[in-house]
Amino acid sequence: MFGRGRKIAPYLFISPFFIGYAIFFLYPVIQSLQLSFYRQVGLNKAPRFIGFDNYVRLVTKDDLFIKALTNTTYYALGSILIIVPLALLLALILHSPKLRLREFFRFLYFTPNITAGVVVGIIFGLVFEEQYGLINNLLLAPLGIDNVRWLREARWVMPAVILLGAWKWTGINAIYFMVGLQNIPPELKEAARVDGATRWQVFWHVTLPLLRPILAFVLTIAIIGSYNLFAEPAILVGLEGGPNNAGMTMTMYLYTRGFRELKMGYASAIGYSLAVIILVLSVVQLVLIRAFRED
Amino acid sequence: MRLAISRPADSTERKSLYMKLVEATIVYAILFFFALLVGIPFLYMFTGSFKTNGQLFSWPVNLLAPEPTMNNYERLLSGEEIPYLRQMGNSVVIAVSQSALTLLFASMVGWGFAKYEFRGKTFLTIFLLFTFAIPFQVTLVPLFQMIVRLGLLDSFLGVILPSSVSAFGAFFMRQAMVSIPQELLDAGRIDGASEWGLFWRIGIPLSRGALSILCVLVFLAAWNDYLWPLIVLRTPENFTYPIGLATLDGLYKVEYGMILGGAFIATLPIVLIFVAGRNQILDNLTIGAVKQ
Repeated sequence: MFGRGRKIAPYLFISPFFIGYAIFFLYPVIQSLQLSFYRQVGLNKAPRFIGFDNYVRLVTKDDLFIKALTNTTYYALGSILIIVPLALLLALILHSPKLRLREFFRFLYFTPNITAGVVVGIIFGLVFEEQYGLINNLLLAPLGIDNVRWLREARWVMPAVILLGAWKWTGINAIYFMVGLQNIPPELKEAARVDGATRWQVFWHVTLPLLRPILAFVLTIAIIGSYNLFAEPAILVGLEGGPNNAGMTMTMYLYTRGFRELKMGYASAIGYSLAVIILVLSVVQLVLIRAFRED
Repeated sequence: MRLAISRPADSTERKSLYMKLVEATIVYAILFFFALLVGIPFLYMFTGSFKTNGQLFSWPVNLLAPEPTMNNYERLLSGEEIPYLRQMGNSVVIAVSQSALTLLFASMVGWGFAKYEFRGKTFLTIFLLFTFAIPFQVTLVPLFQMIVRLGLLDSFLGVILPSSVSAFGAFFMRQAMVSIPQELLDAGRIDGASEWGLFWRIGIPLSRGALSILCVLVFLAAWNDYLWPLIVLRTPENFTYPIGLATLDGLYKVEYGMILGGAFIATLPIVLIFVAGRNQILDNLTIGAVKQ
């Protein structure tokens, strides 16, 4: 089929992928940008050009968009603040040389990550149940804390989603950090110890700075993952986001406007806003990580 | 010189047995505490699938199922509320086809980039890297319109096709194939092999490891996906299992035991695959995760 032609062979090898990529990715990316300057409701209505109106409305008049943006950012910050230190702690422990059952723990911590978002949402519906849920009964009651109305009260919805996120993502991030720790040459730490550094100093001045690339990777994944969040909150509190839309995320909002109300132009504008936010956050994060290198 | 310096100033050497014991206790306490945090929700899903609604929502909370009932599974698998077996089957068909297509496209393009020099190669590589950063949400609306126009709404093909071109997969396979020795290909050419023959008889067999990892990652993503199948699929007979479970969850009278049973059946195969290939998969995760 490919003959002997070494000249055309590479093009034949790469063309199925690139044809598919053009049709199913590049074209939609461009089409979506164009659509975001139009008003189109429903599939068969003709789109009407409205310039930047969709974007202006999103930022100035759409409280629900702002809410979804705030919720998602809350989730991103909250989950990162829990996940990164915990994952680092677990990685340091799992990395220690004489540990028994290392493979067991590593695999167990990782399993939430391969569980479907819908399944996680279902399980955590029971975890956060107000009267008979696991958290209220097994964790909080022994401490003498009254039932928290996790999914019923607006201010507790996002903390619940953040805890779910921590459950799902801490393990895999611990594995990333473990890979980072394995790549640090042991001689560096030994040299520091020989020079009289305490364990804490070695961690702070040798280990942590060398983990910076992994940290950048972990943060980037966390940011992207936050703005992709859909299945878990959709199952946990419903697509409307629960009480006072407190659990509405950006992707849920895009889904609601685009595929329930069929506001094609508006949903495209939401998609592009999302892309810009992710891009900006990723760049800011990389710059920050680099800045810390100076000291 | 190093040897001379490293006197037992090293504090770890001097640590008493008592301190070591304390340290080990703390370490394992932390590890087991987190193991419980991770494991108990899974355990509760499993035992809950053998409980009636009344047993699930009662005091005190019981992590086990003292009076197990098979009723949930019987009703779930008999298709009383939703055609769950069929939906699981749909998920299998979709995930397998999507893995096969992705692997084919990715290994071909990876081979083209790894083993040939051609005009436009650098440009295409950089271009791919740039577009890699664009989140998929941007494409959802036009993709949906395209699927409708092609008449693929509510069809498996509508779910599979757009997800089968993975830029991540392309890079992944290129990395795996670039190290295949050029001499093997030259020898093959002298023996009269066609370019396709080289790819199929040398390239593919020699990158089996990478292919199996990519296969697991793609299968997993397809098996667990909710958003895109939810947009494309419209009738319960065509749903994948996550949509089926979500509809059960949204019923007027929520049958939690049934939902937990469905969730357990759907999670089990995935966990088994990972138990079987855990070391190879976990060790390759840093590459794998770039996908998300």
